[in-house]
Amino acid sequence: MNGSIGLIHYLIVAAILFTMGVLGIFLNRKNLIVILMAIELILLAVNINLVAFSAALHDLVGQVFAMFVLTVAAGEAAIGLAILVIYFRGRGTIAVDDVNRMKG
Amino acid sequence: MTSILFIVFLPLLAAIIAGLGNKAIGAVPAKVVTTAMLFVSCLLSWPIFLGFLSGANQATVTPVLEWIHSGDFAVAWALRVDALTAVMLVVITSVSALVHLYSWGYMAEDPDQPRFFAYLSLFTFAMLMLVTADNLVQMFFGWEGVGLASYLLIGFWFRKPSANAAAIKAFVVNRVGDLGFMLGIFGTFLVFGTVSIPAILAAAPQMAGSTIGFLWFRADTMTVLCLLLFVGAMGKSAQLGLHTWLPDAMEGPTPVSALIHAATMVTAGVFMVCRLSPMFETSPTALHVVTFIGAATCLFAATVGMVQTDIKRVIAYSTCSQLGYMFFAAGVGAYGAAMFHLFTHAFFKALLFLGAGSVIHAMHHEQDMRYYGGLRREIPLTFWAMMMGTLAITGVGIPGIFGLPQIGFAGFHSKDAIIEAGWAAGEPGVWFVGVLVAAITSFYSWRLMFLTFWGTPRWAASEHIQHALHDAHGHDVDHHAHGAHHADEHGAPVPRAESAGDEPSEHGPAQQDLPAGTGGYHPHESPLPMLIPLIVLSIGAIAAGFVFQRYFIEPTSGETYWKGVIAFREHLMHAMHGVPVPIKLGATIAMLLGLVTAWYAYIRAPRFPAAFAGHFRVLYRFLLHKYYFDELYHLLFVRPAFAIGRLLWHRGDEKTIDRFGPNGSAWLVQVGSRLAGRLQTGYVYTYAFVMLIGLTAAVTWAISQ
Repeated sequence: MNGSIGLIHYLIVAAILFTMGVLGIFLNRKNLIVILMAIELILLAVNINLVAFSAALHDLVGQVFAMFVLTVAAGEAAIGLAILVIYFRGRGTIAVDDVNRMKG
Repeated sequence: MTSILFIVFLPLLAAIIAGLGNKAIGAVPAKVVTTAMLFVSCLLSWPIFLGFLSGANQATVTPVLEWIHSGDFAVAWALRVDALTAVMLVVITSVSALVHLYSWGYMAEDPDQPRFFAYLSLFTFAMLMLVTADNLVQMFFGWEGVGLASYLLIGFWFRKPSANAAAIKAFVVNRVGDLGFMLGIFGTFLVFGTVSIPAILAAAPQMAGSTIGFLWFRADTMTVLCLLLFVGAMGKSAQLGLHTWLPDAMEGPTPVSALIHAATMVTAGVFMVCRLSPMFETSPTALHVVTFIGAATCLFAATVGMVQTDIKRVIAYSTCSQLGYMFFAAGVGAYGAAMFHLFTHAFFKALLFLGAGSVIHAMHHEQDMRYYGGLRREIPLTFWAMMMGTLAITGVGIPGIFGLPQIGFAGFHSKDAIIEAGWAAGEPGVWFVGVLVAAITSFYSWRLMFLTFWGTPRWAASEHIQHALHDAHGHDVDHHAHGAHHADEHGAPVPRAESAGDEPSEHGPAQQDLPAGTGGYHPHESPLPMLIPLIVLSIGAIAAGFVFQRYFIEPTSGETYWKGVIAFREHLMHAMHGVPVPIKLGATIAMLLGLVTAWYAYIRAPRFPAAFAGHFRVLYRFLLHKYYFDELYHLLFVRPAFAIGRLLWHRGDEKTIDRFGPNGSAWLVQVGSRLAGRLQTGYVYTYAFVMLIGLTAAVTWAISQ
């Protein structure tokens, strides 16, 4: 089945997505929402991996796990955005460079 | 003999009550309890002594408690009472009881009286433990106990830096002696396998002539042991070399000087040598050393005493000198005479000290004799008491020659016995020193009397007296309350100023240059509690000699009294009574010479001493600086000790231990945390990045395995 889309292609897409997500966290100097979106990208990359392996190995557990990850991602997004709103109220900014209060 | 338990432990009980009760029970109950118990102790002691005198009592040992039991080493608390202890018992309890009573008057204005009386009683207990000791370890306990009490009492007025310094000096100098004593005890245990005194004394003759090896040389066992023990005695009894603490100890209140630094504690060394006399008898070398040190101290202290101007210092040096007499008596083998002099000396020296205290009290804490004069008519009772003491110490009496009855004051019997013993023992040099010192003793004692009680009053120039007059005029109050007028920065009343006396300076005024005059000051006779002890001790100073002479030093009755407790050399006592007439007369003639010289120099021609001192300036300065002992020790020991201390402090502590220890680790933590702090940015993504790198590294490592 030459030219058909196999497991390896899914894994490559997932790896590209994961790398984009990671870079999105580290290189992003804009605002915190981008970080949240980058985290979503990482989770999606993981999901793609799970589903791809599930299909390749004929094991449903991977897809069930992907459902869980989606749920957790939704919850994480909700909580993350809520925190963001509260944070904006408190600090008046969501620029990443300003979020360094952890420095002693 | 259960009464000994009461004699020894009542003072301890009194000390505990007064000491722990302190401010809670107040001054009067503390005074009453301690003094009453001491008098009970005293009353119980005399029957024991009299029982030994009559021959009714036998030596007994009253066990109290097991103390240490470890392998072969067994020590028990036990109170030994024999003829030797009995002498010490009456001396200690009598003088202590009288000093307690005297302190009622003398310390009346002091705010810390319970503490004072507690210390006094504690001292008495420790001293009694020392003299009743049945083994060397218990004796050492008492030895250290009296040292502690002495330290506490010298530093009783602890707000005065000089008192603290004197207390520390006494303690440190005594440590030197105590080291010798301890080594002596260790050595004795090593050699005899026991610390029990009777067992040691019984075994000592067999050990005579044996040698003991130490490092590369061998020495005579008994000589080594005796010399080590004698070093302890030297420290406690302020013998030449370790004497420097005694004059400074005059910083303590005068009753303390009378009790501890004249009558009892300082004689502990003599007591120890007498107690261990059968042991010392086995080593002629050790006895020679004892004789030599005793005679040297005797001469040294007497010569220094001649030039002192502080009344307490004169008596302190006199004590030192008399202790020298006792030691050379012991050294020539006249232990009975040594104990006899100890016994009589306790009475007349305590009397002199308490008399001096009374004079100081009357003269408003002026201690410099140059500012006295003419006190004879002002304080007659004190004068007569001091007179008895002086007659006793100078040894006034009729020598028993040409059929005359031999009778005199206390010191006459005991001191002349010692001097004669020196001749009888075949030591003419010692006899000569004894006679010479008898003359000097007479000179400085009469000098003290003449300066204090005769002549014209020279009080007006004294700062203390001016102070008193000022207070009396300004506030119209009794000058007794003087001490309360001054308050230190804490608001507490300054205790009565008393000092070991200023270092006499050659630039100070000579007494004849001071303006005569009373300045309108009237010395007051001391209160009754101070006079009663003076009177009682005066009787002792008069009678202690001829009443008890035969028990201590007569050949036959002495032998029955001592019953072998001390090495009583009967033949020496015989020889002592048979010395030629000129030798017998020597001490008396010397005494008269001293009296005449003092009279000439301080009454007849008052300008003579200053002229003499000016003529022999080097000698005078040498005596004034006490043979430069303090300066020498300062140079030899104090300065190097400070230098070593400073070296260890700066180089050892600060620059090594502190630098690499606490300070080093603190520095490491500080620098480390500063570097670690620099790693923190506070940005979440940095942490996440580090986390990722770590995770990647971990996973890579896990996979590559």
